[in-house]
Amino acid sequence: MSAEPAAAAAPATNPIAPRRLAIGGILKEAFLTAIVALVLAIPLVGFRIVESGGTTGLRTRFWWVAIATGAVFAGRLALGLWRGAMPPRAVTGASWFDPVARYGRRHARLAAAAGIAVALALPALPYASRSVVDLATTVIIYVMLGWGLNVVVGLAGLLDLGYVAFYAVGAYSFALLAHDLGFTFWEALPLSGLLAATAGVLLGFPVLRLRGDYLAIVTLGFGEIIHILLLNWTSLTYGPNGIGDIPRPGLFGLVFERRAPPGFTTFHDFLGVPFNPSQRIDFLYYLVLALALIVNLFTLRLRRLPIGRAWEALREDEIACRALGINPVNVKLSAFGIGAMLGGFAGAFFATRQGFISPESFTFTESATILAIVVLGGMGSQMGVVLAALLLVVLPELGRGFAEFRMLIFGAAMVGIMVWRPQGLLARREPSLRLHPRGDGP
Amino acid sequence: MSEKLLEVTHLSMRFGGLSAIEDLSFTANQREITALIGPNGAGKTTVFNCLTGFYRPSGGSLVLHRDARRFALERMADHRIAREAGVARTFQNIRLFAGMTLLENLVVAQHGELMRASRFSVAGLLGFPPYRRAEKIAVGKARDWLDRLGLTDRADMAAGGLSYGDRRRLEIARAMCTGPALLCLDEPAAGLNPHESAMLNDLLRAIRDEYRIGLLLIEHDMKVVMGISDHIVVLDHGNKIADGTPEAVRADPGVVRAYLGEPEEAGE
Repeated sequence: MSAEPAAAAAPATNPIAPRRLAIGGILKEAFLTAIVALVLAIPLVGFRIVESGGTTGLRTRFWWVAIATGAVFAGRLALGLWRGAMPPRAVTGASWFDPVARYGRRHARLAAAAGIAVALALPALPYASRSVVDLATTVIIYVMLGWGLNVVVGLAGLLDLGYVAFYAVGAYSFALLAHDLGFTFWEALPLSGLLAATAGVLLGFPVLRLRGDYLAIVTLGFGEIIHILLLNWTSLTYGPNGIGDIPRPGLFGLVFERRAPPGFTTFHDFLGVPFNPSQRIDFLYYLVLALALIVNLFTLRLRRLPIGRAWEALREDEIACRALGINPVNVKLSAFGIGAMLGGFAGAFFATRQGFISPESFTFTESATILAIVVLGGMGSQMGVVLAALLLVVLPELGRGFAEFRMLIFGAAMVGIMVWRPQGLLARREPSLRLHPRGDGP
Repeated sequence: MSEKLLEVTHLSMRFGGLSAIEDLSFTANQREITALIGPNGAGKTTVFNCLTGFYRPSGGSLVLHRDARRFALERMADHRIAREAGVARTFQNIRLFAGMTLLENLVVAQHGELMRASRFSVAGLLGFPPYRRAEKIAVGKARDWLDRLGLTDRADMAAGGLSYGDRRRLEIARAMCTGPALLCLDEPAAGLNPHESAMLNDLLRAIRDEYRIGLLLIEHDMKVVMGISDHIVVLDHGNKIADGTPEAVRADPGVVRAYLGEPEEAGE
């Protein structure tokens, strides 16, 4: 009983006791911040130009200045008090919310399995309208684009600002092969991936010696060249009019139409169910999903092969790679080629889903969005790309109700995420091979 | 008894008007530690960069003998020098793959063999047994090195998190994982404490005696140089001023002058 007052009298000597709030310091800081706010507020909100009867006058609004200053003071004070009341930050550097660190690898696997299960069941879920399935298809196309760019940027560390070029090459290859040469979906798909990969290797050659900023600028230029080529090479690409009537994929010769073209059977006739246009959308969704899962396995596997480790080694230190006998030319070209091939597949799916493509779809904004998906997701992280693609595609859709504030909210969310997790949503790197199984040893 | 491993003849390297190396000739033998010493700016690292293909020499030849084959290094690309001629190197400012684990660093060094085993990724993608076997062998080799360095526990940690001395030793292990004929070390003892320096000496001697390869060493730490070198080449301002056993070099008046900076003769 007598110990209690003693402990209360000397809180500073007890390391476990909460730190005493330095009210004076917090007040002072809030006061200084308020002065800065005052200085800024006078020109920004203190004056107002008013027009009355042809003359322009200046009217003062010092009341507003007072409100702004007071709000900043109160806000800063509250922030200071809140921070003072919080326990001191651990010095481990770990974020207070790091899902992977917190829930471990096993839970991450569970999350991936749950994600795949939801994706598989999506068209059958009660709220899944045609537009939801369609949106999900878009998300998966972006996931594939993100995985493709992830090989180039996340693994090989080659900053590519013109990735949309390969997306465009894939889409146009598919459209032209199908539209002009009469190839079916299944013939045109691998060819468009191959053509995009060729474009990737072709871009790779001139930029072999470049890195970082310089590489970014050249790839940016390449993206623009492809865009302008699509617009102006009208004899091949049909220019700004675009290409329509791109055939839809069939399933073992069955077509997803109300009435079969001569020599074909429709899917609904074959199964004996009534025709429903959503069958086609669901089928395309499953097709994209299947290819995305294959792409995921493919890239995960590649990462564990010597080629994937060489990509990462190249990202870490190119000179050391050369000293170890790794030919950087092959490593870079393979990264560009494989990244471009995945972009080409995504482009082919985009073309067949839309049924119509034009150069409008392949602008720099697309490149920026795909890069944002990779950076936001966490460079090199497969799951991160999925999360980021979901966020970047679905968020603008959800925001439609906010009309003109949509992009503002979207931008604010991106800034917020990058402040919250500068390394990306899921940034933890899983080694490509382990000596000790996980959980064994330190 | 001592076979020639590396023959440097009339090597010169000029950067514009600056002559970093002038007419340098020396040989390094198999199963010997050859040290390249000299004051700062003597051109030691330039010799290394010529040798490993990072610079193309302005003149002269660099010949490496490996398995009765003769490699003209001055005409080969850097990655081919490492893979085919078997010249491995470490760097003055350590160049590990900091974000990758210790094990990965050592496995990346075996890229050539693994790439061949994975049939340029096709067989590797399909998980064919020959690739799995090759991977197992590569991991085993890496593990032997980690055991030797006492870093096995930390095999799955990022290499950037190691202490300075461990990073230096890991870089040597990584170079050894390429299976070299000649190991070039650029100031391996720089920044090491006496204990770490002694461990390094043991490691280098063990490499020479067990793997029976030649080592070429740039070093400022005279204790390391005199302690382990079989043969010393002294450079000053791009010229060779002495060449011989540690005892001979130590007694050489020219070397003493270059190191202690005695006043140079008038007219020079």
